[in-house]
Amino acid sequence: MPAISVSGLRKAYGHLEAVRGVDFEIEEGEVFGLLGPNGAGKTTTVEILEGYRDRDGGQVSVLGHDPESPGPEFRQRIGVVLQQSQLWPNLTVRETHAMFAGYYEHPRTVDEVIELVGLAEKRDARVKTLSGGQKRRLDLGVALVGDPDLVFLDEPTTGFDPAARRAAWEMIRSLRSLGKTVLLTTHYLDEAEQLADRVAVLREGRIVRVGTPRELTTSELEVEIRYHRDGEEILVKTTEPTRVLHELTADAVARGEELERLEVRRPTLEDVYLSLTEEDAE
Amino acid sequence: MSAEAVAVERRGGSRGGLRLFVHQLRGEQLVFWRSREAAFFIFMFPLLLFLLLGSVYSGKIYGVPASRALLAGLIGYGCANTAFAGLAIQLVIRRENAILKRLRATPLPAATYVAALLVSTLIVFVLQTVALFLLGSVLYSTPFPSAWGSLAVVIVIGAAVFAALGVATASLIRSAEGSSAVVNFILLPMAFLSGAFGPTLHYPAFLRAIGDVLPLKYFIDLVNAVYLRNDAVWTKPSDLAVLLAWGVAGLLVAVFRFRWEPRET
Repeated sequence: MPAISVSGLRKAYGHLEAVRGVDFEIEEGEVFGLLGPNGAGKTTTVEILEGYRDRDGGQVSVLGHDPESPGPEFRQRIGVVLQQSQLWPNLTVRETHAMFAGYYEHPRTVDEVIELVGLAEKRDARVKTLSGGQKRRLDLGVALVGDPDLVFLDEPTTGFDPAARRAAWEMIRSLRSLGKTVLLTTHYLDEAEQLADRVAVLREGRIVRVGTPRELTTSELEVEIRYHRDGEEILVKTTEPTRVLHELTADAVARGEELERLEVRRPTLEDVYLSLTEEDAE
Repeated sequence: MSAEAVAVERRGGSRGGLRLFVHQLRGEQLVFWRSREAAFFIFMFPLLLFLLLGSVYSGKIYGVPASRALLAGLIGYGCANTAFAGLAIQLVIRRENAILKRLRATPLPAATYVAALLVSTLIVFVLQTVALFLLGSVLYSTPFPSAWGSLAVVIVIGAAVFAALGVATASLIRSAEGSSAVVNFILLPMAFLSGAFGPTLHYPAFLRAIGDVLPLKYFIDLVNAVYLRNDAVWTKPSDLAVLLAWGVAGLLVAVFRFRWEPRET
């Protein structure tokens, strides 16, 4: 049974249709990325799965529960990192973890979790003295202290400096080795590419593509071939790079010329993403 | 099965509920006393006012020594300050900071959270009242209450009514930035008009008329009755009725308007 299955999910706020028929499944132990620009419906989708919002239509199953009316064990089994939330500023890192641990029937050891999220040195520091990145690690720590099977991470690294992002990525990778299922939203392409087993690209409330990062980049997007001739750059876009390259190089060889500064570029996930999410791409 | 395993097995039921309540209550107390702002403005402030006003007023108020009447008024102020103002500001901040939203994703039931927060607030108010009596006894030789059973009932009812009004007010405040200003804009005039800082007999009639509809006046009347005159709580049914009516109104607003999540940005 998949950890999460969603079909035909719809949600509107007044006249604004935030989610317009979304389908996907997430297997147990999978790290799944929801990728899209701001306003694409990522947070609405995740908050429906977490049980914060009721849907207008469609079927949703999360760990076998309908999050609109979950059984008592549902919240024992999920861990949540919200896009924006704060904790009690005057408690220490350890006390904050202990508060959350007390809510669960089978929590992990508090010190072990603090170690896992890299806050061991800040164990007795008050929350208000932590840096932005450390606060985010605290958010992750309290999401893990109940030893959940499924972890929701809503834009876990937004606002991080590059070093803090790398550190966060390492932690999220460690979730995979703990066997957790992870649903991650992000608007950073490299983050999805680095962390997710599969990625769904959301645009205006619809999923426009699902696949592994590799599958998405070997889609039908055109390959760019560039070379220079008489000092001018020539750009050829093609979906058949092998045939085009063969013709180009055969011509050049026949003329006894070199194709100067020849370059073949496969589309990056960024190109795919931009072509999928930009208005004028259709 | 080991004793520990049996204990874990049983946690699903009411014992688990009680364990969660005690855990959250301890947490709320830790959160409260750790915050210097809360400990000062909520707990200490009525005590400081008692020091200040006690040294200003002398002679008799309502036919009893001024310090005794002031003590009764400041118990009223303490109740409104702790259960109404303090609770409202804390709740708005927690809602807007999404602490409440985050807690909703844990197995902690909403009812357990609310119960722990209310009992924690009551504990602060009771400790404050005890501190006021001790301070009065040491500095101004005010007596300890003799109808202490009735006083305990009045204190619990007052805390419940003002807590309901506090949650209702929190539901109507939109942002954390403005919460302290709005709450104090209600609290301080109410305290003056209700006689928390001294008698209102010499106030203009229209100010006294405003005071006559506010819940704090009736709470202070009840404290006066049981502390200054040793009356039992049920000798003032009309005071109780007005106070409870305010409580019910607060409860209705709280139930229908309270939100767990910050306003969407």
